[in-house]
Amino acid sequence: MATFLSHETCPTIKNILLLDSEGKRVAVKYYSDEWPTNSAKLAFEKSIFTKTHKTNARTEAEITMVENNIIIYKFVQDLHFFVTGGDDENELILATVLQGFFDAVTLLLRNNVDQREALENLDMILLCLDEIVDGGIILETDGSIIAGKVATHSVDDGAPLSEQTISQALATAREHLTRSLLK
Amino acid sequence: MAQPLVKKDDDRDEEADYSPFLGIEKGAVLQEARVFNDPQLDARRCSQVITKLLYLLNQGDSFTKVEATEVFFAVTKLFQSRDNGLRRMVYLIIKDLSPSADEVIIVTSSLMKDMNSRTDMYRANAIRVLCRITDGTLLTQIERYLKQAIVDKNPVVASAALVSGIHLLQSQTTPEIVKRWSNEVQEAVQSRAALVQFHALALLHQIRQNDRLAVSKLVTSLTKGTVRSPLAQCLLIRYTSQVIRETAVNSQTGDRPFYDYLESCLRHKAEMVIFEAAKAITELSNVTTRELTPAITVLQLFLSSSKPVLRFAAVRTLNKVAMTHPMAVTNCNIDMESLISDQNRSIATLAITTLLKTGNESSVDRLMKQITNFMSDIADEFKIVVVEAIRSLCLKFPLKYRSLMNFLSNILREEGGFEYKKAIVDSIVILIRDIPDAKESGLLHLCEFIEDCEFTYLSTQILHFIGNEGPKTSDPSKYIRYIYNRVILENATVRASAVSTLAKFGALVDSLKPRIFILLRRCLFDNDDEVRDRATLYLNSLGDGSVAETDKDEQNPTEEPFDINSVPREVKSLPLVEKKAPGKKPTALGGLPPSPTSASDAYERLLSSIPEFADFGKLFKSSVPVELTEAETEYAVNVVKHIFDHHVVFQYNCTNTIPEQLLENVTVIVDASEADEFSEVGVKPLKSLPYDTPAQTFVVFEKAEGVPAVGKFSNTLRFTVKEVDTSTGEAEDDGVEDEYQLEDFEVVAADYILKVGVSNFRNAWESMDPDTEHIDEYGLGPRESLVEAVNAVISLLGMQPCEGTETVPSNSRSHTCLLSGVYIGNVKVLVRLSFGMDAAKEVAMKLAVRSDDVNVSEAIHEIVASG
Repeated sequence: MATFLSHETCPTIKNILLLDSEGKRVAVKYYSDEWPTNSAKLAFEKSIFTKTHKTNARTEAEITMVENNIIIYKFVQDLHFFVTGGDDENELILATVLQGFFDAVTLLLRNNVDQREALENLDMILLCLDEIVDGGIILETDGSIIAGKVATHSVDDGAPLSEQTISQALATAREHLTRSLLK
Repeated sequence: MAQPLVKKDDDRDEEADYSPFLGIEKGAVLQEARVFNDPQLDARRCSQVITKLLYLLNQGDSFTKVEATEVFFAVTKLFQSRDNGLRRMVYLIIKDLSPSADEVIIVTSSLMKDMNSRTDMYRANAIRVLCRITDGTLLTQIERYLKQAIVDKNPVVASAALVSGIHLLQSQTTPEIVKRWSNEVQEAVQSRAALVQFHALALLHQIRQNDRLAVSKLVTSLTKGTVRSPLAQCLLIRYTSQVIRETAVNSQTGDRPFYDYLESCLRHKAEMVIFEAAKAITELSNVTTRELTPAITVLQLFLSSSKPVLRFAAVRTLNKVAMTHPMAVTNCNIDMESLISDQNRSIATLAITTLLKTGNESSVDRLMKQITNFMSDIADEFKIVVVEAIRSLCLKFPLKYRSLMNFLSNILREEGGFEYKKAIVDSIVILIRDIPDAKESGLLHLCEFIEDCEFTYLSTQILHFIGNEGPKTSDPSKYIRYIYNRVILENATVRASAVSTLAKFGALVDSLKPRIFILLRRCLFDNDDEVRDRATLYLNSLGDGSVAETDKDEQNPTEEPFDINSVPREVKSLPLVEKKAPGKKPTALGGLPPSPTSASDAYERLLSSIPEFADFGKLFKSSVPVELTEAETEYAVNVVKHIFDHHVVFQYNCTNTIPEQLLENVTVIVDASEADEFSEVGVKPLKSLPYDTPAQTFVVFEKAEGVPAVGKFSNTLRFTVKEVDTSTGEAEDDGVEDEYQLEDFEVVAADYILKVGVSNFRNAWESMDPDTEHIDEYGLGPRESLVEAVNAVISLLGMQPCEGTETVPSNSRSHTCLLSGVYIGNVKVLVRLSFGMDAAKEVAMKLAVRSDDVNVSEAIHEIVASG
């Protein structure tokens, strides 16, 4: 993992977490070596989960501080989304990353954002995390572009159309749309 | 997403039954990974297996070295497949497996091929993977491709190359290579794609970060142009404030450069840019109110946003501003007050603490009312923040102590954890210390609290504190009940502290002494030995005699109501005893001043209790006791010199060491023929001096006001001896007059200087008027060593050495010593001594004195000149 960037240089994300309604991992990605061991990571997840799970973060993203870190979070159904940054990070940048992650997952899971759907499409979630942040540096924050990047990969270009599921077809279409928007 | 709640419950039931990874096991998945070796690859199945492997890694499972290598080699086979989705998963797992250098070689060629692929996604991802896992050696081979990628038409490819560049530059092994990409990166900064611009700017700045001029140029050119991406804009704001910080040191005149740019960013359409700019402005060094105003205005707008993140960001920034510029934030107070009821408790707490910082005296009461409602439903950690804010508010507006103290005592009664209660108790203690009016009510609140306190640590702290402060109040007796209740009701640790506290009351308040003895005697039957030990110790040291003989003391309590001499001794012994006690940390209560019952306090109390001395004014200094007899002679006498403005009082502490004698009418005849400036004005004889009971006689001299008169005094002890029958303890009626020669002592200049240290000598020195400085040089003659010379001057002046300068490094030929003190008349004096020694051990000294009064500076020189 790359050494961590200072605040002076670049906005940095320390981790992105997707937990279930009991605080268990669905998918997590740490970009900072602040939590070197798995138990340190689990302890951190537990502390932010206990701190946030009673709050209502369903309509708007909420924010809190744990151990000198800013945590932005949002809940949908039984999924809890978290983005962590240092305590002098611009809160709104972190919120943008969370929104990008959240939007991308919503698109990829075709609005059925819940734990079961997420686990069934874990490959997409993991690719999604990979496309949002690289080694702590924000790669992309627009949910539809992220989803677009992930979706293309689940389709083999050479595969006949009949083998594509409807979701894949939709995703492809969306991808083409976002591409055209980008140009 | 607005799914009804019922739906959620349904999901839960199903989910308990079903998870695609239910019962997943590492061993089985590793077995499954063999499909990677099939000649006919099933892309879908391979993707699923990789997902399972990633799931295991994600859940915290780790692979052994062998397992990881095996999986890695199997995965490399998958490059044969042309399936896009599978390739993406392969990239992912290669990054997660973080292969070793010799393994990397296996995939290098495949990845390099992908880097040149026509598929954009392949190019972008292959770059990221390769740069992640490669070491420096490979970089030269792929450098050409990376440079191309930076200016690739596809923004994803360009971003991938730029971000990889940032990581490579950080890794330090290959910074030189990345620095050669400057031209390409600069081109990418002009890219139309928002994120490419952001990544290019970040990389460009990193390449140039050690070149201040280059960064300044970069900022100058970009702030004029249009940086479109909000993220890039945020970066530019950060770089700009960095440049401002560095240039502000050079030119302090005129307008701040680039401020206009920051201010223009406040009107950007992206909230993150507005906020970044506002934050940057508030963090400018020495920011003026005029510069702050526009930033505060936009932050104020954010306060009423519907988004919690925005409200939080704004209130947090304003909270920081309030620490340095409270007045600038007062405009937001109305918006702030509405945030007290915010759903998000972090926001509410920040709002409250900001209000507490910006509020004025008149708004305190209203604010306290609001906070009271708010306190009941926030977590302890927030409550602690609020308590601390209230403490500083109270110190700011001491007149409001009543309502704030009430608030603290109310929340002290409510439920709460240890840290929270400790914060409240610490606050009350600090208020009692700093606001004299608050003392009595604060102490009573603490007393009530320990009646029902579940934390032993806090109980002992409070008891210790009450012991220090309680006896100094107008009615010390009212605390006794609370303290003694602890002895009856609490655990051993608390009982032991309660005993110590009772003893302190006994030592310091004469009128309570008999009652304290009764209570302490009850403690002798405690079932804990620490409690019993303390009770015994205190009964003895408080002059109750041996525990068995206590009755005697009670029968004639008026004869010698209070064994005065035991006070300083006993008080000195207290802290030592307490340190040994379990759970006792005398220094922990929020930095309490050291035990206020120091020897000088005890002397002061003693002297002021003697009516003849009452109108002498304030005691300036009491010397340490000077022994006037050899050890183990019949009568042990030492003298303490008490210096007042007009008077000098000699306190002779006498002890009769002969059991067969009772001394009466004890006085000291003082011959002051070698002390011209003093004239004797009175003697206070000691009526009776029984065996082994120290007592005092006093002789008072008058001198001119504020004059540091010195002189030598010879002394003779005069008394009437009566024989005592040791079996009955009865003294004969007839006595014989007798005298006993004592040694001489001197009143020296050092007696007129108080040892008072300063924490920062340099600051203190420079804050003194240089005009009062008086410098001269002295030869001290031949000396054994520099150490001896330094010590001689220090003891001559009787001042406090500062910053450890009294220790002279061995063998040094020169030394500087810093001293500080207070001269009679309350004049602060600082002394800087420079010593030098030549080969003949001849010591020379340069003496520089600064003080509040020029005459005092000169007086110090006279002391040295005559000494």
